Amino acid sequence: MQKIISFPHIGNYYVPIEIFLKLIFPEHIILPSPKITKRTLELGSKYSPDFVCVPFKYNLGNYIEALENGATVLIQVCGGCRYGYYAEIQEKILKDLGYQFEFIKIGWGKFNPIKIYQLFRKTGASASFPTFIRYALLTIKMIEVLDSFESYIRENIGFEKKKNSLETLHQQFLSDLRTVRGFRQLSRLQSEYKSKLKTIKIEKPSDCLKIGIVGELYSLMEPFSSFFIEKELSKQQIQVRRFITVTFLLNKLKLDKKILKSAGSYLKYAIGADGTDSVEKSQLLAKQGYDGIIHMKPFGCTPEVNAMPILQKISNDYKIPILYFSFDSQTSETGVKTRLEAFYDMLLMRKEHEKCKQLI
Amino acid sequence: MQTAYLGIDTGSISTKGVIIDENNKILAADYIWTEGDPIGAVKKIVNLLRQQINERNISIFSIGTTGSARKLIGVMLGAKVVKNEITAHAIGTLSVFPDVQTIFEIGGQDSKIILIDDGVVVDYAMNTICAAGTGSFLSSQAKRLGMEVTEFGEIALASKNPSKLAARCTVFAESDMVHKAQIGHKKEDIIAGLCTAVVANYLNNVGKGKRIKAPIVFQGGVSKNAGVIRAFEEATHEKIHVDPNSHLMGALGVAILSKKAKRETPFPLNISDITYETMGYDCKGCPNHCEIICFYKDGILIDSWGNRCANGNPMQQSLKNA
Repeated sequence: MQKIISFPHIGNYYVPIEIFLKLIFPEHIILPSPKITKRTLELGSKYSPDFVCVPFKYNLGNYIEALENGATVLIQVCGGCRYGYYAEIQEKILKDLGYQFEFIKIGWGKFNPIKIYQLFRKTGASASFPTFIRYALLTIKMIEVLDSFESYIRENIGFEKKKNSLETLHQQFLSDLRTVRGFRQLSRLQSEYKSKLKTIKIEKPSDCLKIGIVGELYSLMEPFSSFFIEKELSKQQIQVRRFITVTFLLNKLKLDKKILKSAGSYLKYAIGADGTDSVEKSQLLAKQGYDGIIHMKPFGCTPEVNAMPILQKISNDYKIPILYFSFDSQTSETGVKTRLEAFYDMLLMRKEHEKCKQLI
Repeated sequence: MQTAYLGIDTGSISTKGVIIDENNKILAADYIWTEGDPIGAVKKIVNLLRQQINERNISIFSIGTTGSARKLIGVMLGAKVVKNEITAHAIGTLSVFPDVQTIFEIGGQDSKIILIDDGVVVDYAMNTICAAGTGSFLSSQAKRLGMEVTEFGEIALASKNPSKLAARCTVFAESDMVHKAQIGHKKEDIIAGLCTAVVANYLNNVGKGKRIKAPIVFQGGVSKNAGVIRAFEEATHEKIHVDPNSHLMGALGVAILSKKAKRETPFPLNISDITYETMGYDCKGCPNHCEIICFYKDGILIDSWGNRCANGNPMQQSLKNA
């Protein structure tokens, strides 16, 4: 029987994930859940425990919307913190709601390609193991291409000469990326868009405001969940930098000890999930002369709560202001905007003051 | 004719307005309750300010708005400067206390701490989720004790032995207050305890981890409360400066900021006969259901906001229909 396979959103990563699934499940239908909207969050919050972190609610809302559209197989990856329990609870909630579906849970902790292959095999993937690995590598490569494209956009979109040209190119890129099915096609697309990016005129003053973003991965990678803060910042002609991408997370598996070491005097032990990265990257941003740091987390995210007092110390040591955000399903957009506006206003005032001092 | 500038600070509880001259001197000022109707309150306060300067030959050449209704009021008055409360408060305070290093601000719903170094804002924090440790907390407790919140400060000063209250949030504080009263604590002790609790809450939530350096200036509506001032002095072991105009600092700041955006022709202040209306609806253009706000002046749509995509832009749609 033909299955309809779906998965939750996180940023634009649904494009490579969709392609990966299409490749390993050629006989089935792949149906990404609809884009996140207010309705997603409403559905998710309605059926989630109130105090669970908000990415859980987004995921659950995504699942319900996918099931409404006829999905019969759902996929969840399990990871570092409370995220490790998401799948179990989500499956139970959805089953209690009366939905019939198959739930694939990919354990992130013991990342084992053979086990994952077996899981997919059980669901009906016909590809052989080497083919599976090849597709997996293609997907990883696609994610890398996507990440490097998007990080260029983040750093430059505030400074484009013609408004919206990068945004338009971004949409084109995503729709072209959806057609990729092989390595050669991907590298052609990559070089094509590299040169396309170069044709877009960027006028960036060397002393523009620079803000780095650290924090919990879902809040960082799914713009809807953080009220499109990156976009909001870039509109103000600010260079935005963030390290946490899927590419980073994939590489991180090898780098854990190194990250801890480079956090140096600030950390002795890993503090869970991305808390360690938040500390290390904040120090790096401070050293690189960034004007400010924004720390974002879902309300109650323990690893990031651990990181906060250390960030405060970095803030004091390097005299770099840090703005903290906690998002929940109840967060008001106006409140977020006010705090953000005050933050870059302050950074600009600091900067201009330094300029004035130099003149004297 | 004298050139003057208007600043309006529309908060959740109160609306503040000032008119200043070229040298930031306050020519007219007023403070009224917002009462859930920011448009009505602004109409009223503009009228009051107009009466204050009526006989003198003064014209308003720029307008700035701040406070939680800044956008709405900015559109309403045609203001060129619409600034967040933090920047506005910092600028206003610096014009009065040029060497201030720390600003405590407790308003109706929001409380903030602003750190200043060498005349520049270097760090700030604002209460994020809860509203305990703000003015509305004090006024709701005043109501429970059957008195005006304005009497609070003086009564608190009479206490020699403030009660210790659990004040993580209004609900905890209220049940603890009832308990303390039932076991025989004096009213003034409970009130003094509340003031201490507000301060503790503020310093633990908003001021956590921040380096508080003197001189400290305290402002916002709650800075009128002598009990809270004393509690702050005890907690920080520093002198707390409170300006007589401490409640007007936001309005003053934004009036100063608006000076840069000075116009050629003065603004007319006779707005009491104009009807302003807002209409909100949920856009059905996509499943996101953005809440769109349309703003009408005398029945004509002058601005709208809230849409995340072009689907829900009433300005464009009304242009199309025209």
